[in-house]
Amino acid sequence: MRTTDIVRSATRNAFRSKLRTTLTVLSLFVGAFTLTLTTALGAGVSDYVTKQVSSLSTGDVLLVSPAASTDTTEGPNEYDPNGRQQSSQANPLGAGTLLNDDDLAAIAAIDGVDRVDPIRQVSVDWIAAPGSDDPAKFELSVNPTSSIGRSDLAAGEQLDQQADEAQLILPEDYLDALGFASADEAIGQSVELGYTAADRTEQVAEATIVGVARASLLASGAGANQQLTAEIADAQAVPGQPDAYAIAVAYLTGSGADGAVTDADVTVVKAGLADADLAGQTVEDQLGVIQTVINGIIGVLTAFSIVALVAASFGIVNTLLMSVQERTREIGLMKAMGMSNGRVFGLFSLEAVVIGFLGAGLGALAAIGLGSAISSVAAAGPLADLPGLTLLLFDPVSVAVVILVIMLVAFLSGVLPARRAARQDPIESLRYE
Amino acid sequence: MTIPLLTAPPGSAPVLRAVDLTRSYGKGQARFDALKGVTLDVRRGESLAIVGRSGSGKSTLMHLLALLDRPDAGRIEVDGGDVSRAAAREINTLRNQRFGFVFQQFFLTAGQTVLENVSLPLMIAGVPPRERKRRALATLDLLGLADKAGNKATDLSGGQKQRVVIARALVNEPDVIFADEPTGNLDTVTGHQVEDILFGLQRDRGITLVVVTHDEELAERCDRRITIADGLLVGRADAAPSVVTDGADR
Repeated sequence: MRTTDIVRSATRNAFRSKLRTTLTVLSLFVGAFTLTLTTALGAGVSDYVTKQVSSLSTGDVLLVSPAASTDTTEGPNEYDPNGRQQSSQANPLGAGTLLNDDDLAAIAAIDGVDRVDPIRQVSVDWIAAPGSDDPAKFELSVNPTSSIGRSDLAAGEQLDQQADEAQLILPEDYLDALGFASADEAIGQSVELGYTAADRTEQVAEATIVGVARASLLASGAGANQQLTAEIADAQAVPGQPDAYAIAVAYLTGSGADGAVTDADVTVVKAGLADADLAGQTVEDQLGVIQTVINGIIGVLTAFSIVALVAASFGIVNTLLMSVQERTREIGLMKAMGMSNGRVFGLFSLEAVVIGFLGAGLGALAAIGLGSAISSVAAAGPLADLPGLTLLLFDPVSVAVVILVIMLVAFLSGVLPARRAARQDPIESLRYE
Repeated sequence: MTIPLLTAPPGSAPVLRAVDLTRSYGKGQARFDALKGVTLDVRRGESLAIVGRSGSGKSTLMHLLALLDRPDAGRIEVDGGDVSRAAAREINTLRNQRFGFVFQQFFLTAGQTVLENVSLPLMIAGVPPRERKRRALATLDLLGLADKAGNKATDLSGGQKQRVVIARALVNEPDVIFADEPTGNLDTVTGHQVEDILFGLQRDRGITLVVVTHDEELAERCDRRITIADGLLVGRADAAPSVVTDGADR
């Protein structure tokens, strides 16, 4: 028997009992629908987080903070006048302990570290466009990690940390307020930043806008380069108090091609930091936590759809067993006419695959249709503040994989009934006495 | 692929030969010996009736001759070649190419057209669709059913159905047609028509006909008849010279 004839016969046989096939297809439809949606959700969110990671990280930096103390057995720690200070205020980036200048020197001395910049938290009171005597002032927060990463730019360039001029990356939503018609127009303009110095005097710093950034889930506020933060931080530092930093940024020298930083480089520097009682994390490390949580949620949803598929596969077994039962005579006749066991097996297992393909195909199509609608509604509504986030990302390859997996499940479900058909004795099947 | 059995020239050897066939079912107390040693020749082109009561073993004998079953002991020869140890694949091809089957019940696939039902052996043989249709239509035409080719098999009368079954048995141009109670489900008139068709095929095309029946009248029309009782061959009889066809002498 020709393969094309087997495929055609299997397809026709699948539709011989329309209601039964439809119900089986429906149960597979549910599994395919949820599996496609959860895969798309996972892909969409992962894609967004990955984009954010790459927008945040230049890949060659480590965030260094004091290692968390694990020393709990030897009683109170002895006082060291040259030791680290404790932070007086909560700090989202580091532990309660602050880095001091000795730590910075230790970091800089580690092999593979190019230079180290402390991150100094500065507070800016307002931002205003220059030029008038009494301009409109707007509140502004400076993103403390802006010095380590890149922004998702709408226009302009990234910050130059080693530049002598004070540079600023302006969040997109400040454009209108500061009187810029477009993002491109703002580039190269200077703005005034007002802040309060340590002696409670009002000070003004000038900065040049080098870039305009889109809003992002993981980085908010304006970006300031090292020159600008240093200027403000110096003025805000309490006189007489030694410098202390919540966190420092170590720039690595890469050993890979074109000076690229490899994973091995990162590992070596991390080990060096650990020896100095410091902890280093890449931006990916920090965001990895978010990714793990997302993967956990997707995993649970996927488990549900797999449960649905397992239930559906029993439906296929049942449907095909009934089909084999009903067609006992036909099977016997075909075998009497010289159809081989293998071909009979192929005929019935292919029927299962056809049912699987129908359920998977329809389920995936419905999921893509509904998912795209939800995605666009969400992007216009609740998720409008997160540009770049496609909630459900339908990757043709993963949709194809879902369909193929379900067809495989269907084939496996068809093995038992198809074997039963293949092993039928033609004489028994054709007995009528 | 060449199968020696298919290409063997039809010589003087009988088309089918059964040598000392035994076949039993079940084990121990429940053991039932259906055949206890039957030796038999089926000559090329003859019509042979296998008669006997229910449970005599006549159906078992036909199944063994038709290679649907394998004997416990003894052997079957096709054109003088032993097929007892032939591979399943070879036997499948042999049945498909050389045998045709007509059963008491029609076993037509309900949802398919008459044409599709008749084409089934050709589809199993792997004949291309166009060729399949041509040959099936030609066979239906031979049996006067060309106008029913597009009908659903279920829409036919009993006699028409049995003619479709004969067309199906004939479409692969077999050497032997096995008919198991071919008229058992038909009224007398239709039964006679079907018998006429079968004997006509035997006479005109030299097809060997093996008929299992307990219908005396049908057995009378065959060239030769054997009687099976309790798993043994108990009687051989040649029909009156008036009904012996040329085929038996060939």
